[in-house]
Amino acid sequence: MDREINQGMINRRQFLWTALAGSVAVAADISVFPQVSKASPPSALPPLPYAQNALEPYISAETMSYHYGKHHAAYVNNLNTLIKGTEFENESLEYIIMNASGGIFNNAAQTWNHAFYWNSLKPKGGGAPAGVLAEAIRSDFGSVDEFKKSFSQKAATLFGSGWVWLVKDKNRKLTIESTGNAGNPLTAGLMPLLTCDVWEHAYYIDYRNARAKYIEAYWNLVDWDFASINLAA
Amino acid sequence: MMSHTLPTLPYAYDALEPYFDARTMEIHHTKHHQTYVDKLNAALKGHEALQDKSAEALLKDLNAIPETIRTAVRNHGGGHANHAFWWPMLKKDIAFSGPVADAISKRFGSYEKFRETFSSTAALLFGSGWTWLVLDQGKLEIVATPNQDNPVSQGKTPVLGIDVWEHAYYLKYQNRRPDYIGAFFNVVNWDRVNDMYSAAK
Repeated sequence: MDREINQGMINRRQFLWTALAGSVAVAADISVFPQVSKASPPSALPPLPYAQNALEPYISAETMSYHYGKHHAAYVNNLNTLIKGTEFENESLEYIIMNASGGIFNNAAQTWNHAFYWNSLKPKGGGAPAGVLAEAIRSDFGSVDEFKKSFSQKAATLFGSGWVWLVKDKNRKLTIESTGNAGNPLTAGLMPLLTCDVWEHAYYIDYRNARAKYIEAYWNLVDWDFASINLAA
Repeated sequence: MMSHTLPTLPYAYDALEPYFDARTMEIHHTKHHQTYVDKLNAALKGHEALQDKSAEALLKDLNAIPETIRTAVRNHGGGHANHAFWWPMLKKDIAFSGPVADAISKRFGSYEKFRETFSSTAALLFGSGWTWLVLDQGKLEIVATPNQDNPVSQGKTPVLGIDVWEHAYYLKYQNRRPDYIGAFFNVVNWDRVNDMYSAAK
């Protein structure tokens, strides 16, 4: 009996790991989630994949200095403090997201979400998706413009703090999901391809209350290649 | 038909300097609060029976709101009610005194202990929301609500509150929410809190 339970747990973890390995491996290629690729505890703030001023004029270096240097760093630090001496101490970030609740979940998910967000953006991003991703978007949303419109709409109307995601389900169907606060689609069995952070700290210095303007700017930074790689994973 | 309107502030935008800066106050009032008012009015369009009710009255019985507009009324009615409650509750140089001060000291041990618990509740609230001192069946309690939820929806009467949406403090305090909470205690209008407390008793 014990053995069965243990086996079940191992299988669950292996499943999660396998499910995530694709996007994680890809991320590791561009040295994004080094801590995840090694399946070791999330002990360090992952390096930003570009300079803090690289997203100007759409997102300022000042915003990045707080968003990455303070907010993201605080989530990593809080997580490390909170998991010390708990069952999560030596677990991967994804395992913690899938199994923890309360403060540990919030800080683990925010650690993951921000790393994923930095990689959803790039200097000179934007333009149009290509290849298989473009086809999948057309097939599931009608057109790229329709997709962008409905993603923007979801991002503009999410009430409070949270995230908007392009995700794929297990049948590779694409949908747009909103999650409140630290929410992460992995807990619903959905694989993120792209995300947009709509916590006010993501845009308040640059856009004040005008969230819609920030979302408009987002389309000039979006890294379709990152989404393509996640779709293929 | 009544439509909801943005209340004017009982002071200038710079009246709470240096604790709350004029720029934040102006955007908070003219943009954020105004948007809640506009969206509440938009939600109530075509619902004549609800248009004469105050935002608090709507929030007190959310189950009576048609499902199609319930979330909008909860969010934007809450945003309107919370901010309308908040502005007059802010003023510099008002001493902690009167019946509510006595009741707080009695309930929490001392002003310092109350301030400590209230501050840590506000600092730990994850995401956007408010922290409140409420009367709950005659007893003072500190509660946190997410987003724009108002304690009246849970049958509690707020007597004091702090907005911890990032828009309330980001231009001046950025990620340092605890500094903003510390500053807040310099602008609590305890006269107003006493009025709210007496009315709720």
